[in-house]
Amino acid sequence: MPTEACSTRFTRWDNSLEMNAQSYRLKQHSILPGFGLSLGYTMLYLGLIVLIPLAAVFVSAGSLTAERFWASISHPRVLASYRLSFGASFVAAMINVVFGLLVAWVLVRYRLAGKRFIDALIDLPFALPTAVAGIALTTIYAQTGWIGKWFSHAGIKVAFTPIGVIVALTFIGLPFVVRTVQPVLQDLSKEAEEAAASLGAGRFQTFRKVILPEIIPSLLTGFALAFARAIGEYGSVVFISGNMPMRTEITPLLIITKLEQYDYAGATAIAVVMLVTSFALLLAINVLQKRAARYQS
Amino acid sequence: MSMQNAAILSKPNAARAIGDSRGVRWVLTGVALAFLGLFLFVPLVAVFVEALKKGLWAYLQSFSDPDARAAIGLTLTTAGIAVPLNLIFGVAAAWAIAKFDFKGKSVLTTLIDLPFAVSPVISGLIFVLIFGLHGWAGAWLAEHNIKVIFAVPGIVLATVFVTFPFVARELIPLMQSQGTEEEQAALVLGASGWRMFTRITLPNIKWGLLYGVILCNARAMGEFGAVSVVSGHIRGQTNTIPLYVEILYNEYNFVAAFAMASLLTMLALVTLAAKSAIEWKFADEPSKCSGTQREDRRI
Repeated sequence: MPTEACSTRFTRWDNSLEMNAQSYRLKQHSILPGFGLSLGYTMLYLGLIVLIPLAAVFVSAGSLTAERFWASISHPRVLASYRLSFGASFVAAMINVVFGLLVAWVLVRYRLAGKRFIDALIDLPFALPTAVAGIALTTIYAQTGWIGKWFSHAGIKVAFTPIGVIVALTFIGLPFVVRTVQPVLQDLSKEAEEAAASLGAGRFQTFRKVILPEIIPSLLTGFALAFARAIGEYGSVVFISGNMPMRTEITPLLIITKLEQYDYAGATAIAVVMLVTSFALLLAINVLQKRAARYQS
Repeated sequence: MSMQNAAILSKPNAARAIGDSRGVRWVLTGVALAFLGLFLFVPLVAVFVEALKKGLWAYLQSFSDPDARAAIGLTLTTAGIAVPLNLIFGVAAAWAIAKFDFKGKSVLTTLIDLPFAVSPVISGLIFVLIFGLHGWAGAWLAEHNIKVIFAVPGIVLATVFVTFPFVARELIPLMQSQGTEEEQAALVLGASGWRMFTRITLPNIKWGLLYGVILCNARAMGEFGAVSVVSGHIRGQTNTIPLYVEILYNEYNFVAAFAMASLLTMLALVTLAAKSAIEWKFADEPSKCSGTQREDRRI
């Protein structure tokens, strides 16, 4: 049993180190039971479900020649998909920064009928399956749809264009900025604003000079979270994008296309690019969140 | 008298000084509500309107289709396996991380969150690379006539992967904030480890646990991208509800597609309601509901 082996190894390690007390310790002394078992199980399960499968991508990519790898990730069709995925994700995250801040501001500062209902609804994009969001957005933003109709009067096509991709990515990223900025706005002390006002600052000046600096770290974190989520998003986009090669094809879709053609090598190479990007973003988000936490305290 | 006057006078002044004018309030509220309406409310309503477009009978008829029933069954089976697995893992991981101090703890916590950073499509791809026909274990599996990819085990594996962190990330901050005093007291008074866990720890974390399970379940039943890669889309066999929605939609069978989608939408609404109920119930004592900072929440 790997679990038991793991757990006894840890406890034995722990005990032997306990004897030379001042030296390196795996864990601090505690009378609570189950450390070895719970940590052992955690490591085993994490390894089997997450780490080994993720490593599979990198190992498979490692078996490709450098030329093959480069050819796969720099094909014009793939480059076009990066442009769309990164570009649309960036625009959507920016839209969410502006409107997310606005929504958070209204929810925190103003009295509003049905505030609890609206506040609960903010998390809808987290709870609603992406495929459902995809078909619903496509239907209403299509040229004959409730909202798409108005855009088409103005000569703008939303569904099956890059604008449609931005709409879907804005939807799925919506809660991130609101939920990161909301608690910061809530904890903001009114004294600084009062001081600014009593010193003769206008409302806008107070916002720019007093409030904005306080919430910028959380806005950045919210932006990064929304952007990171949008890069990998698949379900809500594939319906509204129309999936035309070179024009409205996102990178995750390209991975699926390659898999369907049994081009495992091509799919793996693109996956490596996406994984490295995601991990870099995750790292950036961790740093941002630590900074924001320090900034607040 | 003068004190009273001062109080009356100063209050509205102070409010005006740091509040927004009525015009600004109206404009900002209007724009915020319009944005939420356009992006959240209208899509939500659209699901039900489209599902009921040809009447209640056509709507109900959509669920009598055997393929629809098979999809519902597979979704329930998948969530029924994935959620308990991640529940056990979540409790174990939170126990080790929250109640003990050891080296590498923050690295472990970051690794647990990894599946949230991975694109759903890649979450499916990794299992194809291992268990697929041309994958590492592909030849061996084919020899022993075991199907993982394009079969139920692959769907379950992909779902377990994408819902992996939910319970753990709810419980870790919650159990950290509760400390270890109560458990230590139970042990000193002679309770066994198991008794301590069921009598002290479990009651303390039950709402956070429920919260994590609700979110985990919602994602398990609604996952699309990862499951789509490993499923093979075999009607009546490897289609979950979200995958069946896609098939119906691509066949222009909009009423049936939105009828199936309405099931998932209702699940999402129940999830949001339960989540809000738990949050409101423990608004005064957040340590009992969830230690997670709201800003930290990612699905």
